[in-house]
Amino acid sequence: MATDDLRPARMVQAMRLGDDSLILGQRLSAWCGHAPTLEIDLALANIALDLVGQATLLLGYAGELEGAGRNADRLAFHRDVRDFRNCLLVEQPNGDFARTIARQFLFSAWQLPLFQALARSPDPRMAEIAAKAVKEVGYHVEFAGDWVVRLGDGTEDSRRRMAEGLAWCWRTTGELFAADGMQRTLATAGEAPDPAPIRAAWDARVDAVLSDAGLDRPAGTDAVRGGRDGLHGEHLGHLLAEMQVLPRTHPDATW
Amino acid sequence: MYTTELSRNTAPSVVCDDAERLAAFEARVAADEFIEPKDWMPDAYRKTLVRQISQHAHSEIVGMLPEGNWIGRAPSLRRKAILLAKVQDEAGHGLYLYCAAETLGTSRDEMTAALLAGKAKYSTIFNYPTLTWADIGTIGWLVDGAAIMNQVPLQRTSYGPYARAMVRICKEESFHQRQGYEAVMALCAGTPEQKAMAQDALNRWWWPSLMMFGPPDDASPNTEQSMRWRIKRDTNDALRQKFVDVTVPQAEAIGLTIPDPALRWNEDKDGYDFGQPDWDEFWAVVKGDGPVAADRMAARNKAWDDGAWVRDAAIAHAEKRALKRAA
Amino acid sequence: MPDRSEFPLWEVFVRTRGGLSHRHVGSLHAADAAMAVQAARDVYTRRMEGVSLWVVPSAAITASDPGDAAQLFDPAADKVYRHPTFYTVPDNIRHI
Repeated sequence: MATDDLRPARMVQAMRLGDDSLILGQRLSAWCGHAPTLEIDLALANIALDLVGQATLLLGYAGELEGAGRNADRLAFHRDVRDFRNCLLVEQPNGDFARTIARQFLFSAWQLPLFQALARSPDPRMAEIAAKAVKEVGYHVEFAGDWVVRLGDGTEDSRRRMAEGLAWCWRTTGELFAADGMQRTLATAGEAPDPAPIRAAWDARVDAVLSDAGLDRPAGTDAVRGGRDGLHGEHLGHLLAEMQVLPRTHPDATW
Repeated sequence: MYTTELSRNTAPSVVCDDAERLAAFEARVAADEFIEPKDWMPDAYRKTLVRQISQHAHSEIVGMLPEGNWIGRAPSLRRKAILLAKVQDEAGHGLYLYCAAETLGTSRDEMTAALLAGKAKYSTIFNYPTLTWADIGTIGWLVDGAAIMNQVPLQRTSYGPYARAMVRICKEESFHQRQGYEAVMALCAGTPEQKAMAQDALNRWWWPSLMMFGPPDDASPNTEQSMRWRIKRDTNDALRQKFVDVTVPQAEAIGLTIPDPALRWNEDKDGYDFGQPDWDEFWAVVKGDGPVAADRMAARNKAWDDGAWVRDAAIAHAEKRALKRAA
Repeated sequence: MPDRSEFPLWEVFVRTRGGLSHRHVGSLHAADAAMAVQAARDVYTRRMEGVSLWVVPSAAITASDPGDAAQLFDPAADKVYRHPTFYTVPDNIRHI
């Protein structure tokens, strides 16, 4: 397929991944100044900064592919909730530290094999962005995984909270591995990985960490989905209301 | 980001039976030598340092709150990353300073407990609210500008760990003031609403910024002792004058007006004459009556309380793993 | 408040680039060694300050006593023959 024909699918992929990083970066940055220790405060901010950086690159690329003159800021601050394409997992509220860690771990454990595969994409822009992100995400998954183990193994209270955090986030994890038209178009061109090996890598990582933490896989469903089609939970609108307030109030302003 | 002594009591007087050691200590300090953690030091020096460094650390940590208030609302991805990195730096600076104070024998938890119980002081500036985005740029420009003025001389302070922390902090903070001024510049070059926002922020932050240098020298009883000990290197009034002299042209360059009718250039002293902040307000804020002082303390207490189970879990896990390894 | 126990203190050493020694840069609190390494990375290498980290429990460090400084270090002062400048060699003698 000619590159031009791939353009719409490439755009959707860049936007989905960019929205994932943007929304999770926004969520995580709310911990700044409120974490359990100063050291954790710095760590969460570092992860959030990586994610905001990813969002900037991915949404910038999505805007270029779209060709309608929208840059990363335009996409971040001037779209409504139905136009966001992030997965439901990243928009889940922070909850307590255990839920934040569960969300980070489950997400980063998916992002890592995905970006590893995308780093080999024939689409050079995506490959470049993914190669940079792989190094960041490798650390995120290790940091979050270590905390899953600490909290799962720590005290009765922390174990209960960790299990609850995982159960809460688990509901939306199936969506990460769903294939649709965009995904199949790019997969055929070798520009998106097949979901099966990504799932296998994720399963292996999740099972290893849960086993070290002495925790079971959550028993409930993982099939709550809709984010990739703009069908979000109610939380996302509030996140956007906060995040977008200034550019929406002053549409002509530059900052 | 702030180190001015906020206690109205004079420092504990130096009572020492070991006159010889004291004389040797004073001579070393006077010769600009560094005092290190295990060196002998007068008790009053140790106590004053713990109070000053922990107060400085608390200011960094509480100072995360007013700016953190706007991370979620930063108006571009670039501004969001800058602000997050900046507030994160404040956490790092608090951390370095707590570590420096810990070398004097007071644990971080003890210092934190004093802060959370309302027994410790921190800079008055952080008890004012950040109402608009312009406050964020203005804080970087004025508050970090004032802080840098305070902190640069402290890189040569007599206590080694404190001096080394300040070297690191000054190096990292060099971008803080510039990003703030750049953000205000963008507002001044923007729409009329943005420009008005910038002027309003300057109007509200100007006087609290001048207060950051502490009370006038004649109302600052500990200055002399602290300067002799090289844990303070310039007087409050000298630093305040310097701050006004460099800041006024910066405001003029972007078309902002300093909200002080008494402000005028004085050729004779080669500096500005300027009005005095409301010192009654200053002492009220020091006492904890600042507009959002209660909110700041509530936020710090909540973060600490909410984190207790996490800290307990990490300790419990480390103990379990250590036992497992030993078995 | 205070917690039943505080995270132990660790000393952090950073190798700023290949070929150099690790140098002490500061300290931090962490519950275990893995946490200490991660925290050292997050706290002390945010501006590309390093390529390698060591963390050591502060309690594991044995330091010399400042009171012994005179007997430990002053006796080295008169051993000038340990330094190359102590020896006079004529200018026309090369490579020595």
